[in-house]
Amino acid sequence: MSELIDYIIVSVVLVAIGIYGLVVKRNAVRMLFSLEIIANAANLNLIAFSRNLSNAQGQVFALFSIAIAAAEVAVGLGIIIIAYRLYKEIDVEEFKSMRG
Amino acid sequence: MADPLFIGVAVLTVGSAIVSLESRELIYGAIALAISMMGIAGFFLLLDSPFVAMFQIAVYVGAVAVLVIFTVMLVRTQALFSTKEDKGRKSAGIILMLIFMAGTGAVFLVSGLNSQTFDNSKAPSAIDFTAIGQQMLTYYSPALIALALTLAGAVIGALALARREEIEQKNE
Repeated sequence: MSELIDYIIVSVVLVAIGIYGLVVKRNAVRMLFSLEIIANAANLNLIAFSRNLSNAQGQVFALFSIAIAAAEVAVGLGIIIIAYRLYKEIDVEEFKSMRG
Repeated sequence: MADPLFIGVAVLTVGSAIVSLESRELIYGAIALAISMMGIAGFFLLLDSPFVAMFQIAVYVGAVAVLVIFTVMLVRTQALFSTKEDKGRKSAGIILMLIFMAGTGAVFLVSGLNSQTFDNSKAPSAIDFTAIGQQMLTYYSPALIALALTLAGAVIGALALARREEIEQKNE
């Protein structure tokens, strides 16, 4: 039977992978993927501690967190599409100025 | 010691998270991200939270993955396939990742969390939806309303982002 620490280690690994993606990747869509991975690692921690403490509040928080992350992805992808229209490029180093 | 099912789901989740960042084509990366989200949903099932697992599959695999794949198809161009990252930054990123993993992992392993075990006598029953619904509509109802307003704001913001281009084109 797996214990709390196993889930924490998995989420630490996922956060480390997300940080690696944010540091190395210059593609805006891949940076968004990294953010999603980090958000999911946080959700995994919430559920693992909810199971450990045997109450439903962690699950409620995870549901809120998933809904917020969905809104964040929608807005992030909208911004990426606008930036692509303006610059014909989704490399963040090419986004030299923020003027519309 | 962890059981084989847990190890399988962990390998699936972490492996496809790496593939989603390292695959050559972005569309395969999007599919690998969806598989990674499925793995997270599998963890939720292992943790006796089937409601959150179904929510995760509906929102992430159903909505977010489809949205990402549509975006990748919209911006399908040569720009997506160019890998402009240099070797130095990549190795620095890998070193940073390993240091973070080792440091944080060591802190958790020596902390008191290492001796925590799941209390199976107090395990929530498999279908614990009523508690979630009660919490959401009583104690957390202000948060639920704020969440609804946030989602509405996100929808209006995305609409405004999409509209601006048309207005500019009309003005030209």
